[in-house]
Amino acid sequence: MKLSSQSKAGLLFALPWFIGFSVFLLYPLLRAFYNSFTEYTVLTPAVWIGGENYQALMKDKVFWQSLGNTFYYAIFAVPLSTIVAIGLALLLNTKVKGQAFYRTFFFLPALVPAVPMAILWLWLFNGEKGIVNYGIQVLNDHNWLFQVPKPNWLGDKTVAKNVLVIMSTWTVGHAMVIYLAGLQQVPLALYEAADLDGASPIRKTFKITLPMLSPVIMFNVIMSIITSFQIFTQPYIMFPGGAPERSTYFYSMYIYDAAFRDNNMGYASAMGWIMFLIIFILTFFARKYMDKKVHYEAN
Amino acid sequence: MKWAKFVSALSIIAIIWAVFAGEAVVKKTPRTDRRIVVTYWEKWGDFEADAMRAVVDDFNKSQDRIFVDFQSVTNIGQKAMLATSGGIPPDVAGLFGPNVAQYAYNNAVIPLDELAQEAGIKREDYITQYYDICTYRGKLWALPSCPASTALHYNRKMLADAGWDPDNPPKTIEELTRLDEMVFKKDGDTIKKMGFLPTDPGWWPWAWSGVFGGKLWDGESKITMTTPENIEAFTWMGSFAKRYGTATVQSFQQGFGSFKSPQNAFMDNKTATVLQGVWMANFIEKFNPELDWGAVAFPYPEDRPELANSTIIDLDILVIPRGAKHPKEAFEFIRYVQTQAAMEKLCSGQKKQSPLANVSEEFIKNHPNPFVELFQDLASSPTAYSTPKTPIWPQWADEIKSATEVINGRIEAEENQGSVRAALQAVQDRMQPKLDNVIRRERALGIYPEKGSVAN
Repeated sequence: MKLSSQSKAGLLFALPWFIGFSVFLLYPLLRAFYNSFTEYTVLTPAVWIGGENYQALMKDKVFWQSLGNTFYYAIFAVPLSTIVAIGLALLLNTKVKGQAFYRTFFFLPALVPAVPMAILWLWLFNGEKGIVNYGIQVLNDHNWLFQVPKPNWLGDKTVAKNVLVIMSTWTVGHAMVIYLAGLQQVPLALYEAADLDGASPIRKTFKITLPMLSPVIMFNVIMSIITSFQIFTQPYIMFPGGAPERSTYFYSMYIYDAAFRDNNMGYASAMGWIMFLIIFILTFFARKYMDKKVHYEAN
Repeated sequence: MKWAKFVSALSIIAIIWAVFAGEAVVKKTPRTDRRIVVTYWEKWGDFEADAMRAVVDDFNKSQDRIFVDFQSVTNIGQKAMLATSGGIPPDVAGLFGPNVAQYAYNNAVIPLDELAQEAGIKREDYITQYYDICTYRGKLWALPSCPASTALHYNRKMLADAGWDPDNPPKTIEELTRLDEMVFKKDGDTIKKMGFLPTDPGWWPWAWSGVFGGKLWDGESKITMTTPENIEAFTWMGSFAKRYGTATVQSFQQGFGSFKSPQNAFMDNKTATVLQGVWMANFIEKFNPELDWGAVAFPYPEDRPELANSTIIDLDILVIPRGAKHPKEAFEFIRYVQTQAAMEKLCSGQKKQSPLANVSEEFIKNHPNPFVELFQDLASSPTAYSTPKTPIWPQWADEIKSATEVINGRIEAEENQGSVRAALQAVQDRMQPKLDNVIRRERALGIYPEKGSVAN
């Protein structure tokens, strides 16, 4: 096969990426697949044990619990953060004074690194001194609406997971920017036509803006599914060991513990591969389902 | 074109950085004196590291053949393990006592029996409890650096305010519980003060077992989580949540600042007593020097006075990772640390007691901790206990922590000890198969002692 000089140049430029991909992604991925069928403690050679790791996982209560926690988080965090991101993008797309300032302002939380953010939220949700419960107290003192209970956010096993779901709305900045860019693509002519027909702003949002935005929504939802299944840093810092009662023990925390606390790389690799398959299947169906609904301008 | 210039300026900065950083990474401080360089990774930073650095400097001055390169490394438990698996370990690593089993099991450290024997180092040179932390399945894998033990620290003023004689702190568990009830103060739904809170600092959720004379395992192959002693111990632990309400106690505890801060519950006059280690004096000195405090052995159950003077013993250790380039020279340094003069310098610098059987009068007299003798004596008490020596301990400890959360969360609502037993049984069911698996593998590797040989 003879390559044109242009193709050669192209391949040459793609080479660094390709090397990086092979060394840091492809090889570890395949190696992890092999390891998942072995007993491997890092320091002694891996011993082939067939499907034992997978069998043990099926019987492992903590595995199912962490998987359940992760699904719970994803099921609520993905729609919630999507709605918040689209809502913010729509608001920030209106022509008001100081538009650029607001756009920057609402993006700012996305710039805060995960660790300080986790520690900050720990204090906000503190059961005794947290500002969230303080706010509820003030509300209750004034008898404005009705008496709101003050949950023990971090200590109550039924509540703790939801703290993380609430936190997921805080970091929608990146998705919001992508939605904003998507909104710029919507042809003005469509709105003008709708105006002539006397459509209301709400109708325009649902009939023009959101359909035109659908490819961007699909992209963001898929990315958001992937990242929410990988949630690690915030719970790892905020709820050591998944306290209380492992209600915040997420899948990737278990992988980490299996690999680096228990030195059980085979087990951790098996879990990693199961996670990969779950995300792969979810992404596949998300694409398949949404592809039908998504409006591509080129068509 | 402006952008092109901007981007090229950035690239130039990036290249310059790469050159400097690259040089810093690659370049090694050359030793012109042809000494053998022994790399030593130590977990401590701060003043503990300074104390060790001083000992390293002494060693480097004491001879001209070996140079110990001291490096303070965070998260050493993992890094040393990964560096060893990658074939580039340090020559000496300063780990924690409970690491011994994990490292030995994973073939990550070399046994020191022969080297120690050649150097004339014997078990009797040490407080034997500490020496035994360094062994696993009959072999010696490490030697001590600084040890620790724990005791009940009490706030004299808070005791007096509650009507308790501060010169006569609680001796039994029953007295400690009574003290807690006397100190306890609530304002509406909010706890203001407690006499004792077993979940603070919560570093040793497994330790109540030892206080009540319980055993977590038989020391070899059987886990024994649900013995009557253990059930009694964890029921007592949960009795605080039961008395005051789980959520109320949790909220109280969430109001505590971090351990190393003036908002530490004990230093902030929120809890009148606390189970803490020999290092506590140093933090009191730093964050609340005004505090009028004392330390005594942790209380024992009234009906079992033979359990008096219980303490958790822990130890920092020095090991030689497998694949170290200069194991002989590394051991020479470790041996130097074992001399009485070096060890006392190190331990008083780190403000802890000494692991050696012989302690000089000056060490006790000049020690910054006024209660150092108590900690020193407690360590050799027959009721002293430490973590089970098994590679699955980190996971086991997490399981016990989870179990204490379950107990504290459920005990309030029930009359009998059902939740305690169930939670401990869950730990048992989860960990016993893992221990069986370890033993199966150890048998295959030939490190599991068969019947009749030395246990542990």
